[in-house]
Amino acid sequence: MQERLEEILKTYQEDEGNIISILQDIEESFGYLPEDAIEWFSERLDVPPAKFFGIATFYAQFHLKPRGENIITTCCGTACHVKGSERLISSLMRELQIPTGEDTTEDRKFTVERVNCVGACSIAPVVIINKEVYGKMTADRLMKEIRRLK
Amino acid sequence: MENSTILIKVCMGTGGIAAGGTEVISAFEKELQAEGISAAVEKHCSVHKVGCRGFCARDVLVDVLIDGEKTTYEYIKPDMVSRIVKEHILQGEAVQEWVVKDDYRTFHEKQRKVVLSDCGEVDPEDIGSYMERGGYDALRKVLTSMTPEETIEVIKSSGLRGRGGAGFPTGLKWEFARRAPGDTKYLICNADEGDPGAFMDRSIIEGNPHSVIEGMVIGAFSMGAHRGYVYIRAEYPLAVERLRLALEQARKKGLLGEHIAGTEFSFDIKIKLGAGAFVCGEETALIASIEGKRGMPRAKPPFPAQKGLWGKPTVINNVETLANIPYIVRNGAGWFAQFGTERSKGTKVFALTGKIKNSGLIEVPLGIRLHEIVHDIGGGIEGDRKLKAVQTGGPSGGCIPAEMIEIPVDYESLAEAGSIVGSGGMVVMDETDCMVNIAKYFLEFTQAESCGKCVPCRIGTKRLLEILTRITDGRGRPGDIELLESLSNDVRAASLCGLGQTAPNPVLSTLRYFKAEYEAHVHEKRCPAGVCKNLLTYTILEEFCTGCTMCARVCPANAIVGERKTPHRIIQDICIKCGACFETCKFKAIKKG
Ligand SMILES: Cc1cc2nc3c(=O)[nH]c(=O)nc-3n(C[C@H](O)[C@H](O)[C@H](O)COP(=O)(O)O)c2cc1C
Repeated sequence: MQERLEEILKTYQEDEGNIISILQDIEESFGYLPEDAIEWFSERLDVPPAKFFGIATFYAQFHLKPRGENIITTCCGTACHVKGSERLISSLMRELQIPTGEDTTEDRKFTVERVNCVGACSIAPVVIINKEVYGKMTADRLMKEIRRLK
Repeated sequence: MENSTILIKVCMGTGGIAAGGTEVISAFEKELQAEGISAAVEKHCSVHKVGCRGFCARDVLVDVLIDGEKTTYEYIKPDMVSRIVKEHILQGEAVQEWVVKDDYRTFHEKQRKVVLSDCGEVDPEDIGSYMERGGYDALRKVLTSMTPEETIEVIKSSGLRGRGGAGFPTGLKWEFARRAPGDTKYLICNADEGDPGAFMDRSIIEGNPHSVIEGMVIGAFSMGAHRGYVYIRAEYPLAVERLRLALEQARKKGLLGEHIAGTEFSFDIKIKLGAGAFVCGEETALIASIEGKRGMPRAKPPFPAQKGLWGKPTVINNVETLANIPYIVRNGAGWFAQFGTERSKGTKVFALTGKIKNSGLIEVPLGIRLHEIVHDIGGGIEGDRKLKAVQTGGPSGGCIPAEMIEIPVDYESLAEAGSIVGSGGMVVMDETDCMVNIAKYFLEFTQAESCGKCVPCRIGTKRLLEILTRITDGRGRPGDIELLESLSNDVRAASLCGLGQTAPNPVLSTLRYFKAEYEAHVHEKRCPAGVCKNLLTYTILEEFCTGCTMCARVCPANAIVGERKTPHRIIQDICIKCGACFETCKFKAIKKG
């Protein structure tokens, strides 16, 4: 981890970076923001950790807890909403047995997320499975994809 | 076909790729190699990727051009490619059954393409392909033969207004920044496109990124900026990648960076990735975010044109606004002003989605009737159900009811009807959509995205959402409708930024046109459209049930019981009202109500 953090620090200094870009780089490298990484930067830059956490909790892109191996992102834009995205989410939560209020399965194999809109509204409803976009999704097809990943 | 020039264009926007565009392109490449075409007519045959031409619902769309004559295919899958190559490319016989039908033509007929005129034509990953069609000519013209003031004058007289939502005249904005004192100024392109149900800006950047870059350089020259930013959402990975590539290519060609096109003028652009906050589309919040802070808005004035990024004069323009600039400069202000109405000039790109047959990206002259968009371009309502409303302007906008379908779509008319043109989302809703549910959907969005800085927005949206939630849950109380109305007016009047000021719009506009639907929820505990779960019950009609057991098998809650070949029954206490049985039953034996 140390090595990667040094690299991020270097780009930050060379590239008139800011706290958001540091956090984006950490998130990109580790899939979430490990507390140790934030403490490390806080010390090196002499910026209180609260400043980092203030930003991390403001933006939806950042995660303070590790996420699942597979990331299922359901689009909740208006077009997806009127085409039944809620139903897709509830069938996902049931299939993966994720308790309400949580987003990741106990074995950390799956994380289910919502995104405001990915802008692929003409092929609504849209689900993104590990960065691949699937359009005109149905509950059946979604369950098949999930079972394939299990 | 040995002496013909053959060009194959495959639609590779986000929609095209999701439908398998990458596989279709490689199938073409493979087939052409297998057929020995590339060997025989190597110089004359090429396969291109192009950006979105708007009709994503039909992807993968493929154009085959033989000596300039274009045939368009729809719904192409990789396994269909071999036949197209054999019959069409080798023998000159188009595969008629896969060629687009009449509705492809009607989809395009009433459109007027300015911003999108090169989208779907040029290869977005190749600057040369944009330049062949006149790209960067406008920039050269401005830099070598016009003064900044003259350029601003052209934009002012074209009547172009900001396409990001507020509709402020672009030329004026540039002029303010030009006149602001100081040498350091910034131009920011707002590509945050946070409105759910909108994808105009994504498609423009994915389809023709150079038009945005060209527009930015012209803007920077006019206002006197030497540094620019594109603030783009991280949710658009393909757009970011193409933009990055386009910036590099423009720099290599000397059209960006030091001494642009050999002149004294220098300007460069940096990409800033958004981190997922809707409010960062608001100008002052966006600036805070680029500065590396929590993206919270501040009071205006001072306006960004006076005090913006790092305290310097700053112009923020939307992607579509900037992408219009090269075409206006190239063709003249008068040419642009011929489209549109007296006060709303030009064309506007809309994302036409929802319960519409031909969903996609469209560009129409402002002032076009909503009817023409829905029925002529959109082809009517999906499943031939009845139109109920058209939602425009996303979470800051409102719903236009079906009775007002003749309304002209321009800034003034939509505002009068209680909605806005906004950034261009247009979601069509039919009789199976519940307007109270839609209002609640938008409030969920704005409440979650409220940054929390000012009380009216932070607490006001929360209370509005609570009231809407209880109404849709069947716990509405007498007086709730009046409370919604007065609270909405307060939030609108007292919030700090546009987010809070417009958040009540979806509530107010649905109250204005669909009050009876609210009343049915509150007083009769009934959802006429059959959407609000808690107000629904599913029952099995014994006379139609054949006992096929399909419903029992799909029921995730095991709430359906019954013997094979005898009528089944739903145990209401266990039913979670997911509707799976309703959708599965082949005998219409399940009643929703
Ligand atoms: C909450 C909120 C979100 C906004 N989101 C966007 C956006 O995603 N894209 C955009 O171009 N403008 C957005 N705007 C409008 C911008 O603040 C600004 O008016 C616009 O970018 C100016 O560019 P224009 O004059 O070219 O339209 C938003 C405004 C508010 C209040």
